[in-house]
Amino acid sequence: MIDVHAHFYHPAGGRPDWAERNQSRLDAGDRIGVRWHVASILGSWGRTSPTYFPSPADLSIANDALVRLAAQHGRIRGYVAVNPNFTAHALTEIDRGLAAGMIGIKLAASRRATDPLLDPIAEAARNQGVPVLHHVWQHRRREWPGQEASDGAELTALARRHPAVPFILAHIGGGGDWLHTLAVVRPAANVFVDLSGSGVDAGMLERCLAAVGVERLLWGADLTLCTGLAKYRYLERILSAADLDRIARRNAMAIFPAGAFGDDR
Amino acid sequence: MRIDVNAFVGEYPFRKLEATDPPCLLAAMDRVGIDQAWVSSLPAVFWKDPTEANEDLYRMAEIHPALRPVPAIHPGLAHWADHLARAAAAKTPCVRVDATFYGVNAHGPEMAAVIARAADLGLPIVMAAKLEDGRQHHPHDTTPDLSAATVRGLIRMHPKLRLLVTHADRDLIEQVHFGATPAESGRIWWDICWLWGPPMDDFDHLVHAVGAGRFCFGTGMPLRIPESAAAKLELLRCSDADRDGIDGGNAVDLGFS
Repeated sequence: MIDVHAHFYHPAGGRPDWAERNQSRLDAGDRIGVRWHVASILGSWGRTSPTYFPSPADLSIANDALVRLAAQHGRIRGYVAVNPNFTAHALTEIDRGLAAGMIGIKLAASRRATDPLLDPIAEAARNQGVPVLHHVWQHRRREWPGQEASDGAELTALARRHPAVPFILAHIGGGGDWLHTLAVVRPAANVFVDLSGSGVDAGMLERCLAAVGVERLLWGADLTLCTGLAKYRYLERILSAADLDRIARRNAMAIFPAGAFGDDR
Repeated sequence: MRIDVNAFVGEYPFRKLEATDPPCLLAAMDRVGIDQAWVSSLPAVFWKDPTEANEDLYRMAEIHPALRPVPAIHPGLAHWADHLARAAAAKTPCVRVDATFYGVNAHGPEMAAVIARAADLGLPIVMAAKLEDGRQHHPHDTTPDLSAATVRGLIRMHPKLRLLVTHADRDLIEQVHFGATPAESGRIWWDICWLWGPPMDDFDHLVHAVGAGRFCFGTGMPLRIPESAAAKLELLRCSDADRDGIDGGNAVDLGFS
């Protein structure tokens, strides 16, 4: 399995138990069968700049920490996390991170997806041939504190402007109205839906399948591997082994750069 | 024996559900090895008189013995004592009193009367901290989540009250547990459907900090898939005895019989 939505922590972040949390993810991943954790670190996780508005300095420290973690643990791959409000830094960071072996770009909620400031980031993704994982609030009906969140409609607008870039719509189970999201992403062929998030609503997985098919679903866990496992077990029951394999890893292997996952086929 | 202390039948007013009748519930239980479920009426939580579904639940249990009825009691309706007596006579595992959903003052005199009678009868009371993630509420669903202050106040209202709170997260549980005496917190049980496993390990932390004896297996079906509760327990690091207790033993200790 490939977890397309993982996070790790680092010493410069706000958590004193950062190493314990990292180890817990790796251990639980081993038990579940996660071969690859594709992860990001959102700056200092709020310690020295806000989680969803990380400073350039915090992002560089975090991306470096993730590169080190990937080197230490053979089963971690990284997204370069960037803040689009700092265009020059973001583009430099993308070049630097991908050169160091990272395989995608992470956009959190520092600038709405409809804003032109996201265009240079998407262009960089196209030029480098990597996907963009975008944090999404499912049906954002108002501003939420702590983030400039985007919803499915707003991400879809960005995806339409950049049809050659695969966009991963983050955590369909991560809170908010997933029905709204599934209705708007259906026609956007370059938007992939990541199944992560704590939400395990009955009917959600069937509606994901109906909206975008097995071809555009990606397995992930985010901060709750238990709900990730639950969704995998549920899909195991309703899908063929081949279709489950697509969601669990093959769709991810198709949108990340060739060789991103070693010799896995 | 696996007992689901947090199951419902029936429709939900804010979202279409596909599998809400007792046979569907039994099929879902089979998927994750649940032997018995304590079952409330989901639509009745939102009715003016939630007790109107109680007889349906008793009939359901006659047909399907694995489904134990959890009748509702509305403290603001005059017939509450009759419904409580009926529940005791039917030996239901507990009764449902969702003060927040009914719009009843959880610490008011009506609630105090119900709590006193239930406690004297030995009938535990169950209530939901919430039914859905607040971020996905329907715009017209303005029911507040059950607060820690409310739970702390409830358990202090009668020395024999036993309370099962479902859909509680780590923060709520800790604010109640460490805001109560050991004797008070020893009369509160929590279901596991809103506790998270690795990597944050809230469930693991609570089992060690609060005690495995306080937790019961619960799914929140049919709003939530039961595989989630099963996965949480599967990933929990604890002794076999603790796991057996959470799976069903603690519910056996809690339930009225």
